[in-house]
Amino acid sequence: MSLVNFTTREITCKIVYYGPGRSGKTTNLHYVYGRVPEARRGRLVSLATQTDRTLFFDFLPIDLGQISGFATRFQLYTVPGQVYYNATRRLVLQGADGVVFVADSQARQLDENVESLQNLQSNLLEHGVDVRAVPLAMQYNKQDLPRELILSPADLDDALNFRGVPSFAADALHGTGVFETLKGISELVLKRLAAGSTA
Amino acid sequence: MTTALNPKYAFDTFVVGAANRLAVTAGRTVAETPGSAYNPLFVYSGSGLGKTHLLMAIGQAAKKLAPGLNIEYLTLDEYVEAFHAAIAAGQGDAFRRRFQGVDVLLVDDVQFLAKRKEMQSELLRLTEALQVAAHQIVLTSDRPPGEIADLDERLISRFSGGLVVDIGPPDYETRVAILRRKAEERAARFAPGVLETVAGAAFDNVRELMGALNRLVAYQAVNETQINAATAKQLLGLKAEAAVPAGAAVARGAAPAGDEFGQFLADVTVGLGKAVEAWRARVAEAILRWEGEGYRTRRLEALLEQQAPAAVDDAIDAYEKDVERLKVLETEVAQLDPQASGQSQFRDPERLADAEAAAAEVRTGAAPPPGPSAAFALATYAVGPSNDVAVSAARDVIKRPGKKYNPLVLVGKSGLGKTHLLNAIGLELARARGAVVACLSTQAFIDELIAAIDGDRVDWWRARYRRATALLLDDVHLLAGKDRTQEELFNLFNLLLDKERQLVFTAPAPPGALEGLEERIVTRLGGGLVAEISEPDRELKRHFLEQALAQPGTPPDAALLDYLADRPVDSVRSLIPVLQRVVSSAAAQDVPLTAGLARDVLEGQPREARRSGGLRTSGIVVSSMGGVKSREKMVWDWPDVADRLIEEYR
Repeated sequence: MSLVNFTTREITCKIVYYGPGRSGKTTNLHYVYGRVPEARRGRLVSLATQTDRTLFFDFLPIDLGQISGFATRFQLYTVPGQVYYNATRRLVLQGADGVVFVADSQARQLDENVESLQNLQSNLLEHGVDVRAVPLAMQYNKQDLPRELILSPADLDDALNFRGVPSFAADALHGTGVFETLKGISELVLKRLAAGSTA
Repeated sequence: MTTALNPKYAFDTFVVGAANRLAVTAGRTVAETPGSAYNPLFVYSGSGLGKTHLLMAIGQAAKKLAPGLNIEYLTLDEYVEAFHAAIAAGQGDAFRRRFQGVDVLLVDDVQFLAKRKEMQSELLRLTEALQVAAHQIVLTSDRPPGEIADLDERLISRFSGGLVVDIGPPDYETRVAILRRKAEERAARFAPGVLETVAGAAFDNVRELMGALNRLVAYQAVNETQINAATAKQLLGLKAEAAVPAGAAVARGAAPAGDEFGQFLADVTVGLGKAVEAWRARVAEAILRWEGEGYRTRRLEALLEQQAPAAVDDAIDAYEKDVERLKVLETEVAQLDPQASGQSQFRDPERLADAEAAAAEVRTGAAPPPGPSAAFALATYAVGPSNDVAVSAARDVIKRPGKKYNPLVLVGKSGLGKTHLLNAIGLELARARGAVVACLSTQAFIDELIAAIDGDRVDWWRARYRRATALLLDDVHLLAGKDRTQEELFNLFNLLLDKERQLVFTAPAPPGALEGLEERIVTRLGGGLVAEISEPDRELKRHFLEQALAQPGTPPDAALLDYLADRPVDSVRSLIPVLQRVVSSAAAQDVPLTAGLARDVLEGQPREARRSGGLRTSGIVVSSMGGVKSREKMVWDWPDVADRLIEEYR
């Protein structure tokens, strides 16, 4: 999918929230949904289980209106975090213009974070995409939990952010860092749009 | 009288948006190529939308690009005032002359021409004069020319004849960008959403927008606290619904912290605007670059006219590739035919095919200059004391062309082998890689020039010789009286000498003794080495004969060589017919070539020899008068009397 369609004068930016199960990807989308004016947002499609776990994916379309003559839309997706839904993850990842990796800041979740990051890399490779070429931002969620339970953003940077991409501390449940993350990934996507081909 | 250009008002500080892009682009073009693009350029807009800023930016940019330009900025009122003062002082003509000498005239607020008939005719005169002299005039007004009350029709048509552009009120995105830039300039930092709130207000122009910003800056500075969007609204007396863009307003209504989405939207808007419009910057940059280098950029300009062309970078790449190809073609053609290289197709990528065709045409016409004759090899050149200086010099020239003896002038009487040696040098020089050796008789050189003049291809002819890595001219004395050829040779000589390319000439006498040559040619010829070749000595002749009579397996008779070498000839060339006669006689009689036969043929019983062989013979005989007559020079076979009569009768 092309980011910019000059023929129909549309810009569609697909952003995928990736990360281990229960890291807070869907919470991010819910928070954004709550802040976007009704007229600007589509239905938040959430296929969840009884226990609130994402079964397939979440999808939130946001219409930013006409910008520079282009009908601009953001499509926010989340992937199911559980290990056994990898085929769905790969499917959702297809054609992503940017990826937000939502890490669970709890110290005991570090291995899951690392595993999910590796999974992201391999799934991108399945699509023939080098992870270094995709706009990527890290979000260290659940920073509101007690200090003794979580790793600091600096520690998480050391552990996960070896590519030095923009990272954001967040508390998605209360909204801290949610829009900052969205803004961060949007900037990266737009920067690539400006630097690269217009097609 | 005129106002100095305010350095703050430059293109760099002009925030460009959809509403003013055309005016700014036109302004930039005018500043880069004053007098040629849009003349006059007429910019109109409501008050406070940047007309004066643009006008001054044009002046500054033009001055920066060409510091020598005479640029004047003034308002119409200033112009009127100056005119009245000049008239009062009786200096009307001086006033007119002064303004007619301006390269770029920037007149602000020409709407005040309304109902000023005398100023209108004055400005009409000035506009006409500036246009004729290809000097730029840029005017601004708060309305289009046709709407200025009582404006002379001729002025309306003049103003409309260039380019009339308007500047509209900035859109929301531009307002945000302006506010951010101005806040940055003032080193003021505002809480998120404040500037967007101000930008969302219905200000009619940028000045009011600046006024609002200044109030916020002042308030924040006085209170030393960062104001938020709500305080800003309150301070500026804005109504809630007018404060932010529609979408953001709804967002705030939807959630108390709705600013987050508003802020996000504003950021994305600015970022996306920049990203989407980045292609314009790239195209404009390419246009500037290639226009600056003198190439037509119509193809790129066409891109800008489109709303959102696909594959802009590919289009720019293709354009640049074509330009590179044009450069190659032009360089090639310039070497072959400088006259052709100035043709416009070499500067227009749209006409690459024409340029290719023109280059091909020049290529086919650009035959290399005449080269040396293969018949005169250095190996067959007989060397003896009479020419060893010349041959040694020739070898040096071959070894280090252009370095040691330049020019080398071979001097000697006719038939001494100058032409042979000249061509032999040429052949050796031509062996070098990439060598282009021009080796020809001076007469051929003159004839070629005449043909080139006749065909209007002198530049092509010159280019042909200028490409030469060595120029060798036989019988340079034939230039006598050929002034134009001497002129051309003089220039060519200097050019080749400068490039250390070898020059070799032959002449029957030393340069100083040649008549009819210009002094500058004579001195140049004498500036290298003048090597004389004297009459052939016995050793040289014997060497020559030995080569001429050499047959595989049978060395020539030594006595024959001695005999022939002793014959008193004044040049090697005159030895050739002597030798031919002897050889022919031997062949006719079917006897071996010996000294005895040669003696018989050349000295004895010519009539018998003629009868027996039916051949003409000649030789040296002692006449009854005691002098030596050469039989070679005598005609022995007279035609029949009857034939002669018929010939004469005809």
